[in-house]
Amino acid sequence: MDYIGEHLLPGQLGHFFIVLSLVASLVATFCYFRSTQSKIDDESARWKKLARYAFITEVVSVLAIFSILFYIIHNHLFEYHYAWKHSSRSLEFKYMLACFWEGQEGSFLLWSFWHCILGLILIKSSKKWEAPVMTVVSFAQFALATMIAGIYIFNWKMGTNPFILLRDSGVFDNAPALHLNLDVNQPLRPDYMSSIKDGNDLNPLLQNYWMVIHPPVLFLGFASTIVPFAFALAGLWKRIYGEWTKPALPWGLFSAAVLGVGIMMGAMWAYESLTFGGYWAWDPVENASLVPWLVLISGIHTLLIYKHSGHSLRATHLFFILAFGFVLYSTFLTRSGILGESSVHAFTDLGMNFQLLSFLLVFVLPALLLFFRRYKEIPTIQKEENTSSREFWMFIGSLVFFLSAIVIIGKTSLPVFNKIFGTKIAPPEDAEYAYNSIQVYVAIILALLTAVTQYLKYKETGRGYFWKKILTPTILAVILSGLLFAFATINYTKKGPVFLGSIWMAVICSIYTIVANASYIWLGIKGSLRLSGGSIAHVGFGMVLLGILISSSNKEVISNNIGGIPAPLGEGEDPRENLTLVKDVNMDMGKYTITYLGDSAHPKKQLSYYRIHFKSKDGKEEFTLMPNSFVNYKGNEGLMSNPDARHYWNHDVFTYITSISNPDSEQDTAAFRHANLKPGDSLFYSNGFLILQELKRKDSLPVEIFGPGGSLYEAPIKIFSKSGSVYSVTSRLAVAKGEMMSLPDTITSESLVLRLQKVNPDNSIELGVKESNAVMKYITLKAYKFPYINLLWFGVAITAIGIIISMIRRIQLNRLKGSGS
Amino acid sequence: MKKIHIALLVLIAGAIGVLLTFLKTASTYDTIDTAIAKPGKFVHLMARLDKSQPVEYDAIKNPNYLTFTAIDTLGKSVKVVYHNAKPDNFEISERLVLKGKYQDGKFECKDIQTKCPSKYKEEMKITDKNTPGTSIANPEPTNSAEKKY
Repeated sequence: MDYIGEHLLPGQLGHFFIVLSLVASLVATFCYFRSTQSKIDDESARWKKLARYAFITEVVSVLAIFSILFYIIHNHLFEYHYAWKHSSRSLEFKYMLACFWEGQEGSFLLWSFWHCILGLILIKSSKKWEAPVMTVVSFAQFALATMIAGIYIFNWKMGTNPFILLRDSGVFDNAPALHLNLDVNQPLRPDYMSSIKDGNDLNPLLQNYWMVIHPPVLFLGFASTIVPFAFALAGLWKRIYGEWTKPALPWGLFSAAVLGVGIMMGAMWAYESLTFGGYWAWDPVENASLVPWLVLISGIHTLLIYKHSGHSLRATHLFFILAFGFVLYSTFLTRSGILGESSVHAFTDLGMNFQLLSFLLVFVLPALLLFFRRYKEIPTIQKEENTSSREFWMFIGSLVFFLSAIVIIGKTSLPVFNKIFGTKIAPPEDAEYAYNSIQVYVAIILALLTAVTQYLKYKETGRGYFWKKILTPTILAVILSGLLFAFATINYTKKGPVFLGSIWMAVICSIYTIVANASYIWLGIKGSLRLSGGSIAHVGFGMVLLGILISSSNKEVISNNIGGIPAPLGEGEDPRENLTLVKDVNMDMGKYTITYLGDSAHPKKQLSYYRIHFKSKDGKEEFTLMPNSFVNYKGNEGLMSNPDARHYWNHDVFTYITSISNPDSEQDTAAFRHANLKPGDSLFYSNGFLILQELKRKDSLPVEIFGPGGSLYEAPIKIFSKSGSVYSVTSRLAVAKGEMMSLPDTITSESLVLRLQKVNPDNSIELGVKESNAVMKYITLKAYKFPYINLLWFGVAITAIGIIISMIRRIQLNRLKGSGS
Repeated sequence: MKKIHIALLVLIAGAIGVLLTFLKTASTYDTIDTAIAKPGKFVHLMARLDKSQPVEYDAIKNPNYLTFTAIDTLGKSVKVVYHNAKPDNFEISERLVLKGKYQDGKFECKDIQTKCPSKYKEEMKITDKNTPGTSIANPEPTNSAEKKY
């Protein structure tokens, strides 16, 4: 049947290129494999040539798939399920890329795309390593191509295809309106497209500029871990031990820098757009991306040990294999849906668990098998490392890094453990503390090692040399720590003095790292920028640690509820961290007086911005924050809030909306109660009391309006609220042309409505009093103060710069050696 | 034995120790019955909101107080007290993971995790399928919203 308004060509092209990519990557893998295995140079070269053609075909296919899918999203072709599910007409152009990688298919494509770019560079640069390394990369491309294939092999569906049509996706199965004769068993109406006016839009939480940039960087980081892995494997495969470390080192550094920055961009996104009040929550998805980075850093350090001393080559192999292995494992964790309850932001299960698990095993098992079979062949040095040598302590540091990664992934894998053993173990009461209480010691050890180790020499260090060099930075660090101890406080007392002490210890060690490594640039390498990559990266690492420690432990909730009526509290310390602001009423919050001024709506979306005015009590500054919230978005009840923050150089004030007055409940259901009052009488209401000041009668009124004998009563009333505010209103009652008319007076902030209903002959009045929430417009918000958060972001940037400097130097060194030999 | 091997063993033993202590402090996923059976112990309660019972939350009186009744798949229900703001999508959430402990006849909840169709669009589709007679639930509100502007 032909349907009206469908554009089928892009989809058909897409399907074609997916199949082509599947075939081309398989051919490339096979040809590179033959090229590697071939003992005859000529034959090897021929296979290699063929493999290159295949890989370039693969690159073209992936680029084509990428472009077609983007074309579909960009042109709002909602006949395609992917566009319908992830985008909408109102989506801004910048978020079209974000919605491209919102889904599993798009993010696999992104990964595949980076493999293509990396593959092309490898073909150009890796010379004799090209064949074995590209065998691995091409095979990974094949594995990724199967993820988006959507092909049925005997009833088993392999991958999910991004070009599937909406009408084939099963979405209409229960939509009788779109079928002939309103019967779901009948075919679809030919003009069904006329009912599909818009797509589902991008998840509002992802409508943030970090979501445009964070996934590509993160996936470049993930994708690039395959290169050191492939080199390590190539070394084992070809039995050329050690030599592969030269080209692998700059790749490892590249991967570490990009992955590190990618992870921290995710942290910034979480900080700026999620409302769990921070940049890191030890969420499984975060952990799963951090762990490969930790292992990669271990691998880079053991590789450096090998380069300078010949030790630790075995460990380097293992670490590079595992770094990529953990990338695959985290792919499995986050995409299989196995995390279920324990993660806030994992992908949902697309029924690809088997395939994802195979993806993991097909790389890790053979690699580990090869590693253990060749283990004895990998050269080592029998002589023991001297404890005064740099390599000894570097190895300990790498090991601590690696083990901390194992501990983190072990804890994160609880759902997997439950699945395998059928247990029902859940994370402990304070899951974050379970991580923090351990990692703070890791931080202490690593910071200390990072500070000291650069002052040790490879092989052996003379005592005199070491102490002489390290004396100045140590004294400097002690002085700085002393100053900090004297003038700053760390308020994290809720976990007891031991943990507080550990935080202090870690703070001091981080300062030591910063000072010692910064000094080393002058003391050790005489200020040479070219050589200082490592030291700069270590300074950055120290700043990251310091930033994390201070911002997390001194994080402070400043929106303590003081305005509302205290509710009966349970035992223990209950969070009372949300503050309700009634429109136009000033509230105290920390050093600010804040006022909810009103809201404005996004022209196209159900997105509201709330204007909250901050005025510091000393009168020195005033500013307005605009946290926003998607309200009842796309038929979903409730709020999805995006925070807003005021940035200072040394702290951020961070606020977001937790609830708003329900616009639907504005029907006023409360009734007036009546009270008789004489002037001077008082009357209580739920939040204070009021006093009738006097009763005035005005007689000389215009006859044309009031008629003869008309009168107007005025009753000034003073209202004393519990919160200390005093309000004055004047209620009026008019008697005109024989009718009584009165207008209710509303005191919004007290949710109080008053009406002068009757004046009795004895000069008393009947006052109607109504208390109703409907008169109030309010928001509830939560606000934090994050001190020294910039130190963290700045530290990340410095670390990345340092790593990149090292990488450039290593590439230059390799080139020099390459041309020399 | 080399010193580095000793260090290796000590550190690995440390890591294993850490993981074992973690398992000891870990909590469990529970139904209401099993949670009531161990009062005072921190558990993860798997339940949903009982919509036939009142939900009490007044942001003006106290934005940090929410009570409601939770019901689990076995039909057992319990009163829940939560001293924090009402979570997003609370009412439409299909499942709640309530972290807290049972005490004095009510469940003192420290943290609520909502499982919402909105965050998980794929799940939304499945619910659509389960409710007979619903037409495509998603595009409709958008279209009407678009008409407004």
